[in-house]
Amino acid sequence: MYRRSFKDTRSSLGSPNPNFSKPMVALRFLRALSLVRRSGLGACSPSYRARGIRRAAYACMAASAGPRRAWSRALLRKIRRRPGRGLRRPRAVIWRHRPVGGGDRLEVALRRLVPGGGCMEYCRLLEEAADYVKCLAMQVRLMQTIVDSASHV
Amino acid sequence: MSTRRSRSRQAGAGRITDEQIDDLMSKLQAILPEARLGRNDRVSAAKVLQEACGYIRSLHREMDDLSERLSELLSTTEMSSAQAAVVRSLLM
Repeated sequence: MYRRSFKDTRSSLGSPNPNFSKPMVALRFLRALSLVRRSGLGACSPSYRARGIRRAAYACMAASAGPRRAWSRALLRKIRRRPGRGLRRPRAVIWRHRPVGGGDRLEVALRRLVPGGGCMEYCRLLEEAADYVKCLAMQVRLMQTIVDSASHV
Repeated sequence: MSTRRSRSRQAGAGRITDEQIDDLMSKLQAILPEARLGRNDRVSAAKVLQEACGYIRSLHREMDDLSERLSELLSTTEMSSAQAAVVRSLLM
């Protein structure tokens, strides 16, 4: 596992979102897990349930980061646009607009990995990527904590 | 690096400088775990991007893996005690 102080990373990126504190994210995610359990997904196949949990994890992460961040908005849009529900809208053209110049292979790869990274300015992409990595790492640590506690009970 | 200069030329009114990009690169580098980049002060931009991509991919894989494990645990164990333990450990 990666050892890193949460305090150090949070202070290095400007003013942190007050909603995005570790206990808040944890409570939000635990509530989501309870909902998953109670919603009757227990009867479904484990892989279907796992997908639901993964979607809940990304949704909690994005909701906690707030609407300030382009990646959290893009992630919530993607999650809420569930497949198979009604008519499928044509994909927003915005995803086709690649930045002028194309960029090198690594930049393109990063744009694909960061939600909403398709057509933002390069500087913005670096900022969003750093914030996204920070939140992802925290969500992973949170889930690991839950798994560890549940395994040892 | 020529790629950075060309980017700053075509990015808007040319207001984005190499210094700004360097600054953002170093912030991104600070987020990445030290094991990936070593303790060097100056790591090339390409290396930072490469490690960032690799790190994001590995975090996505961990999310998938942990979701699977949570899904199994959800069906077998009593989660309330685990949840209480987690909340206690986070609030203290």
